[in-house]
Amino acid sequence: METTRNTKQIYDSDKRGNLALDELREAFNYRNLVYQLARRDILTRYKRSVLGIAWTLLNPLGMMLVLTIAFSQIFRFGDIQGYPTYVLSGLLAWTFFSQTTTASMVNLVWGGGLLNRIYIPRTSFALASIATGLVNITLSTIPLILVMLVTGVKITPALLFLPVPILLLAAFSLGVGLLISTIAVFFPDVAEMYQIFLTGWMYLTPVIYPVEILPEASAFWITTFNPMYYFVTLYRIPIFYGRLPTWEEFLPALVISLVALVIGWYFFAQRSDEFAYRT
Amino acid sequence: MNSLTAPDTSKDQLSMVENNNEVVRLESASVQYRVPHERIGTFKEYMIRLMQGKVKYNSFWALKDVSFSVNQGEIFGLIGQNGAGKSTLLKVIARVLRPTAGRVLVKGRVAPLLEFGAGFHPELTGRENVYLNGAMLGFNQEEMDAKFQGIVDFAELWDFIDAPLRTYSSGMWARLGFSVATDVDPDILIIDEVLSVGDEAFQRKSMERINTFKEQGVTILFVSHNMDVIESMCQCTAWIDQGQLQIVGETSEVIAAYRESQPK
Repeated sequence: METTRNTKQIYDSDKRGNLALDELREAFNYRNLVYQLARRDILTRYKRSVLGIAWTLLNPLGMMLVLTIAFSQIFRFGDIQGYPTYVLSGLLAWTFFSQTTTASMVNLVWGGGLLNRIYIPRTSFALASIATGLVNITLSTIPLILVMLVTGVKITPALLFLPVPILLLAAFSLGVGLLISTIAVFFPDVAEMYQIFLTGWMYLTPVIYPVEILPEASAFWITTFNPMYYFVTLYRIPIFYGRLPTWEEFLPALVISLVALVIGWYFFAQRSDEFAYRT
Repeated sequence: MNSLTAPDTSKDQLSMVENNNEVVRLESASVQYRVPHERIGTFKEYMIRLMQGKVKYNSFWALKDVSFSVNQGEIFGLIGQNGAGKSTLLKVIARVLRPTAGRVLVKGRVAPLLEFGAGFHPELTGRENVYLNGAMLGFNQEEMDAKFQGIVDFAELWDFIDAPLRTYSSGMWARLGFSVATDVDPDILIIDEVLSVGDEAFQRKSMERINTFKEQGVTILFVSHNMDVIESMCQCTAWIDQGQLQIVGETSEVIAAYRESQPK
């Protein structure tokens, strides 16, 4: 937008370059909007609560506590060494995915009024959701380290590797978020269906249970075809196992995240002209 | 399609650059909305109907073959009944909708003034909302830092700028919205029936700001149902009815023709 001052930009409705690249360029031009939207989401979420942003930290801790108590009483795998850390690391990765993808979709479908009034890059909402998620998961490192200290899980320098799995997870979430946002614009009921779908997906992912308890047959399917298995595992390795991932653990996550991002972005950009007609 | 029109495109753009006067040009611009016969809400239902060949649409042209151009510095009026397609026309110019057919050329930054404070959040303070709204209009942080004081001064909200917007009266809300939206240094300003906000003093102030824009050579597209306002402000006016351009030309003639057509 800065260029419009000197050389007046000409908008020509006939001129359509590569939509995906155009969108990328515009999203970059509007990066301040992404920042402001993320800021709005973070500031307003807990604005009226007394503890405010501390809830970002307390939420996963509370969930972890409930699950630890429930599962150590009901299921045997609650007994595994450092289970609270295991479940918390899984929850953080899963929550990032479920929250950012849901927020991308909801912000676009219900915040769509804005798209009807002024031009803003259509991907802004999804990018802002990812930015919000990144802030949350980064803040959550604090309670995570606390839990590790309390439950006696060894803290190793491998923790410094954490930004890599987080970024891959973010790329994957953005791709999925854009994909379902596009579908949800045309079929609003998808937004509701997605919540049920997410619940099922979570139980098919070793978030709260160790992968070893799965029967052999389903373990094969889950560890091969469930993309979230790779991301949760990759995020968990430096925390719970205190080591760097192997290439076999790293590469699938890298490939899946990039493929999801490219497909999601491309699909979204191809359809985004029609959004204003629908919302 | 693209490859066929590509040579033309560059030539037209060139002529638009050379012809410094023309800032908006519509060439048979048309917008078609597809309205499903019945609402199909779920994906499953849609797939079933699609396979049965039962997805039917009413197509409806919100704009049909509208052609005109607006020159630099003009205050251009747009009149027509509710649902005539005025807002759709503005959306096409503001880059919100891409025309289904035809072509739209716009030179420079378009600042739409559709509804004030549309992107405001009630839980955020006035200050936070100003920055958020500025970002929606495409400004970066430094640009907003530079504008901020002027925006607050114009809205006269010094004492409330750090209070959450939910504590504002609707007039204050609108004042802040107007201040942000018009502090944008636009080349083309779109005003859609908004001068009825705020108290009388603020309305006068808004009018003054619009006149300042006019003096600076900003092109203004002005939509109103108030014929007196249109007549006093616009040299040139277009009348749209049922998506079609009826007349475009000198304001008094267009208004006379429009009044003629209205039931007495």
